[in-house]
Amino acid sequence: MNAEELYEMLRKAQEPQGYFFNQDKIKVLELLEGLLVNKARYGYMSCPCRLAAADRDWDRDIICPCIYREPDVAQYGSCFCNLYVSRQWNDGALPHTYVPERRPVEKILGPD
Amino acid sequence: MPMPDKTDVTLYALSTCIHCKNTKEFLTQCGVGYHCIDVDTLEAPDRKKILQEIKAINPECSFPTLVVGDKVIVGFKKEEIQELLNL
Repeated sequence: MNAEELYEMLRKAQEPQGYFFNQDKIKVLELLEGLLVNKARYGYMSCPCRLAAADRDWDRDIICPCIYREPDVAQYGSCFCNLYVSRQWNDGALPHTYVPERRPVEKILGPD
Repeated sequence: MPMPDKTDVTLYALSTCIHCKNTKEFLTQCGVGYHCIDVDTLEAPDRKKILQEIKAINPECSFPTLVVGDKVIVGFKKEEIQELLNL
C-alpha cells in the first residue's frame, strides 16, 4: 500500500467519525509515509511524531490513531502530529497552536 | 550578533516526524548549521543515553527538541526559533 491508497482508506473510515485530514495534503502524505515506514520497521503503524519502542503492547497508545487524538482534537482541534484535525481547525476557525505532548514521559523512555 | 554555528545548535528529532522535518527545513532555509540526532535511527544503548540527555533538558522528552546554548525550544515554533537565533 502506498501513501495515497492509505489516505483514501483512512479518510473514508475517519471522516464519518468527525476526524478530518489536515487540508495540507502534502504534509498529510508525508505523515502517512512515516506511518508506512513505522509499519515496515515495527509491524504496526505507530505515530510518526513519537518514538516507538518496537514493542506492540508498549506502544499500543501510539498506534495511529493514537489514544491522545480524541482529547487533543477536542482541546486543540488537532492531534499532536496535525494529521487528524477538526473541521473548525481546517476552516481556520481555530488557531493552529502547538499541540503539547500528552504521552507520559515514562512511556516515551520505553520499557527497561 | 554572529549566526550560531553548528556546534551551538543541536536538534533532537525523529526521521519520520513532520514537526522535526519542518524544523530541519526551516533551519536550513535560514542558513543555520545544526547538529541533528534522529533518535529513532539509534540502536538501544545509544538511544537510552540520548533519551536521558533529552529528558534533562526537556522533561517531556518530546520531539523536536532544539537546543541553542542553554536555551531549549520544544516543538516547531518558528517565531521562537527566529527570536532565539536572531533570524
